[in-house]
Order: sequence, then C-alpha cells, then structure tokens
Amino acid sequence: MNEGKKLLNMWAGYLLTVTAWYVCVKWLPIPSFQRLPDPVTVVVEWFNPDPDYGLSLFTRDYYLHIWYSTYRATTSFLLAVVLGVPLGILMGWRAKANEYASALLGILRPIPPLAWVPVAILIFPGNEPAVIFVTFLVAFFATTMNTLLGVRSIDKDFFRAAQCLGAEPKDILKDIIIPGALPSIFTGLQIAMGAAWFSLVAGEMIAAQYGLGFMILESYNLVQYPTIVIMMITLGIVGYLSSALIRVAGNRMMRWRAQAIGIGAA
Amino acid sequence: MQNGSPESPPSTPGVQLSADSTMGHLEVRGVGKIYDPEGARVEALKKCSLDIPAGDFIAIVGPSGCGKSTLLNILAGFDNLTDGDVLMDGEPLATLDDPPKPGSDRVVVFQNGALFPWKTVLQNVVYGLVVKKQMPESEANDMGMDLLARTGGLDRIAQVFPGQLSSGMQRRVEILRALINNPRILLLDEPFRAMDTVSKTNMHQHLLDIYDTYHKTVFFITHDLDEAIFLADTVVVMTTRPGTIKLRLNIDLPRPRNRHTITSQQFMELKQHAVSAVHEEAKKAFERGERELA
Repeated sequence: MNEGKKLLNMWAGYLLTVTAWYVCVKWLPIPSFQRLPDPVTVVVEWFNPDPDYGLSLFTRDYYLHIWYSTYRATTSFLLAVVLGVPLGILMGWRAKANEYASALLGILRPIPPLAWVPVAILIFPGNEPAVIFVTFLVAFFATTMNTLLGVRSIDKDFFRAAQCLGAEPKDILKDIIIPGALPSIFTGLQIAMGAAWFSLVAGEMIAAQYGLGFMILESYNLVQYPTIVIMMITLGIVGYLSSALIRVAGNRMMRWRAQAIGIGAA
Repeated sequence: MQNGSPESPPSTPGVQLSADSTMGHLEVRGVGKIYDPEGARVEALKKCSLDIPAGDFIAIVGPSGCGKSTLLNILAGFDNLTDGDVLMDGEPLATLDDPPKPGSDRVVVFQNGALFPWKTVLQNVVYGLVVKKQMPESEANDMGMDLLARTGGLDRIAQVFPGQLSSGMQRRVEILRALINNPRILLLDEPFRAMDTVSKTNMHQHLLDIYDTYHKTVFFITHDLDEAIFLADTVVVMTTRPGTIKLRLNIDLPRPRNRHTITSQQFMELKQHAVSAVHEEAKKAFERGERELA
C-alpha cells in the first residue's frame, strides 16, 4: 500500500468516528447521549477567540493547564528513568540485587496508582509532589521491569564472547548489558510514558488546582461539557507526541536496529 | 567464489599476528565432567585424552549430546572439569583445583554467531584489542581494517552492522574478531551448522585460507564427517554419552585443499574408515534417545 492511500485511510477513520459521534448525539433518540456536546460545538468552542466556557486555543489558561500536566508527567518520567533503568540493570546484572528487589516489586507493582493517593498526600507537603509521586510510581515500575527483561533477554553467547575477548565485568556492563537491553528499555519507556499520563490524570482529578485532568473533572462539575472534550482531545495529542519523541530518541540511539538489507551478501 | 586468499603474512606495523606454529599445543589428560554430581549425575565426559600439536587443525565429530561442546567449554574456560587436567604449551590451563578462565588466547566462534549487533563490523573485529587496552583505538582500527582488507576485501563492509550481513559473512567476521587477538587456539563450535551447502562450501574455503596463512591451532566441532575430513589434520570421533575418544584418524590429504579434494580416492578411503565408527555411535545415541523418550 502506498503512502497516499495510507493517509487517506487514516483520515477516513477519523471522519467515520466523528460522524458516528455526531449521529449519536444529534440524531439517535437516546436521552443520555443528548447531554454530550456534538463535534461541531466542540470545534467551535476550541477555536473561539472568546470561548463560552473560558478555555480555547486563544486563552492563556488553556496552555497553563497543558504546561502543568506536561511538567508533572515529564518530571515523573525523568525520575522513573533515572531510578528505574539503573535498578533494572542492577537486578539483571547481579543476582543478589534481584533477590532483594523482585519480591518487593512483585507486590508493590499491582497496587493501582490511585490507591497511593492518600498515602502520598500524607507523606508529601502539598499536593504537587503527591501527584508527581503517584505518577512516578507507575512509570518507575514499567521502566524497571522492562529494563530487567531486556537484560535477561540478552543472548548468553554475547557474554561469553566478550569474556573470551578479554572483557572485565565493567566492560561487559558497558558493552553488552546496556546496549543489549536498550531495545527493551525503550519499549519500557514508551509504556512508562503512557502509564504516566494515565495516572497523572487520575492524580490531578483528586489533588490539583491546574492540569488537564483537573480541568476535565472541574468542567464536569461546572457543567461545561465542551471543555471536557477539548481537554480529552488535548490529552490524546500531548500523550501521542510524548511517545513519538521517545520513539525518535530510541531510533537515534539504536541505529543498528534499522533493518537495512542488501549489503554484502557473501 | 571470491579469490579471497590472504596472499602474504601480515607485515603492517603494530600487527603481530604470528604465522608460526610453535604455540597452541594442547594436552587433554583424562578429562571427565559430571554435571550435578550431588543430584542427577549426568556424566558428559569420561577419561578423555587428546594430544593436539601446535598448529594442528583438529575436528571433533560425534552425535548430538556426546559432550563435544562440553570439552570445548572446558577449553574456553566457560565450564570446569571434574576429573583430569588440561595443559596448554606445558602450562596448566584447567585443573581440578584451578577452574579455567576465559581468555583471548583461546577465542571461541559460536554456533549461532555472537557478533555484537550494536557494534559495526570494524568495532566487532577490534573489540578484543580495544577492551584490553592493548593499543590506542586508532591503531587497533588500522589493524582491523588491514586484516579485513587482506581477507577478501572485507574492509568494504567495515562500517556495516552485522544484522545487515548474510550468516556466512557474519561468521567470517567473527573468525577475524577471534584471529586479530593472535590466539594460540581457535575454538570453533559447529560454526557452519545452520548453513546451506553452497555457503558452507564457501566458508570451508575461507577458513582454510585463514588456516593456511596463520597456522593457528584449530579446535573444530562438527557432526558432519565430510566437513571434518575436508578441513582437518586430525579427525577425532567421540562416543555417545559419556563422551570418550573412540577413534583418532590422521588426515594426510595434501594442503592447500580445494573442491577436488572431496572427490579424491584418498578422501573416500578416509571417509570409509571413519564412517562406521560415527554410524555406530550415532545409532547408539539414537536408540538411547528413543529409550529416554519412551
């Protein structure tokens, strides 16, 4: 399939969804659906220089909410990378570290992020660090587990080959374990980023004065339904962009994985 | 086929790949290996003795699971032994008290290939020199390029990642990665196993070119008798588990060998001699396999 056709299908998919949305809200005789804003209302509000409910592309507050959420997600994500990648590598590299950590992680990991919110609010001074902590936790588990998985999946022969060639343990860490685990680490980072947004919104709904998650709940309370949808779409776009950024960074760091063919067949 | 034979022994400054055959004498003396001695007690090797002269090309043939890889792992330093000892050039390499360690004097080329996919061909080839800080990296790179160039012009793929190469090409690079360390012994663990016949034939020629140039001791594991006779000075047939030496066959086919060697009368006679021993052991292994499954 050529590029043009792919693009066409993509837009067809969007169009179909929006049409279905419009039909559900405007034409179907379902009372509960009729409270929802239709696509036209949402778009008009979004692009309105003087929005009915106070938020649009032309208002400062709209960007303030985006900024707060992005700042929180990025901080949590970076913390998760800085702590989770080394921990995962350590666990994969040293059996003892794994024995210490894996049972604990096994129990902590299934606890949903929202369940941490009360504890987080108790521990941290103020809501801001509490929200970041809850967001960080999910991203941290995803990063650690995928890094560990990455180290475990490295072919044993690579370790043996490096030893044969005279590599010391520190060389093996630098030349085998880190590059070998990198593909899995980046998969983990993408999952972590997704999970970060996921729990961030939940955290913001409970404990925040700004942010996309906060605004979604707030708009619901204030019966500003078009704003809810605007914020949801904005979340989707920002989340997608952050994942794409990680993907690009990963591809740059792992040029060897670009599957070029056709050179040097014997 | 490429005319890839390295014409002259190395002479570049910094290159000290010796082509003499005074190093790499291996003495395997009564080596035994029992896995899990406390529990299941799987006896992989029993009283294995072999004398491999320096510069000899030795091929070990035997059915799957006969312990030939175990022997290689002991020589490489990946595994300890539970009986006997191994000497290299008169010095203890592996004893009961002193488990062997891997080292760049005995480099392994692996069955499924173990080039680092995240390093280019050149980075792979010079890895041993760089990691041991034997010389500045630029000097190592020059040496790597030189060796690649002299081996059928492989310098043209120096900047390519291994994933972009055919398995035969990968194996050639892996052999060079071992060779550049000037090892006393090259340990080849069924390196051409997964290849089609044509690639295999090409690889045999490439390996013989390298052997004829550098005269390293080569310890080559295979289950393919034709391959063993075609390549080696000595073919050793191992018994099925516990592995012992069943037959040692001196291959006096003249070198350099080529595709006509394999159809010569002499080749046929040698094969005749070895084939019954191999067949007997393969049959035993097969029957035992059936018993174990039943």
